[in-house]
Amino acid sequence: MNALHTVNKSPFEKRSFDSCMGHILEGSAVLLYEDGVYAAMKGTAMEGKVKSAQGVRFYVLGPDLKARGVSEERVIDGVEIVDYAGFVDLAAELDKVVAWV
Amino acid sequence: MKFAIQINEGPYQHQASDSAYQFTKAALEKGHEVFRVFFYHDGVGNGTRLTTPPQDDRHIVNRWAELAEQHNLDMVVCVAAAQRRGLVDDGEAERNQKDATNLHPKFRISGLGQLIEAAVQSERLVVFGD
Repeated sequence: MNALHTVNKSPFEKRSFDSCMGHILEGSAVLLYEDGVYAAMKGTAMEGKVKSAQGVRFYVLGPDLKARGVSEERVIDGVEIVDYAGFVDLAAELDKVVAWV
Repeated sequence: MKFAIQINEGPYQHQASDSAYQFTKAALEKGHEVFRVFFYHDGVGNGTRLTTPPQDDRHIVNRWAELAEQHNLDMVVCVAAAQRRGLVDDGEAERNQKDATNLHPKFRISGLGQLIEAAVQSERLVVFGD
């Protein structure tokens, strides 16, 4: 079972991103949205964690980046920016959705 | 595909209801089915018809109600969470001797069984909130 993991908290505020990273399996996907988008920013302690996750796809919600004034150029290479329609597609594509709230 | 949506946070305090709304709207626009939207914990606050935000702000309650009207959505408010937080419909007002009601007519109050049924009947349950 490949899951879509959603993280909606900043990794600098809560532990949910790290908890998620500790449980994800190869073939799964992680969507960063709401304050979770801060985990998708280049040059933070999260960049190495994202890049070292083998066989896991990372996505970030574009409208939530924009709402926080984070430009797309500041997103870690390899993290794909999606809109709500893309969020829906991921939820449908993966076998289940796990919310790391 | 059949989706169920769970919202655990109130409007205007947390982004959960906004995110869930945008997700639900996008899913419906793509032709997916939304079996039920279940409002739990502080999420029941999304169902009060007395909400009056400033005119230049989004009206979260009416926005849900309009989406429900367009797509015949089943929007359910958890009864125990609603009782604690003062969300009342006609039935609850009579049962608990309250002198007023505030539930928007597009929402209905019911039990947790409705959340379990939604999870069982749907192919995906997507949870928004803390």
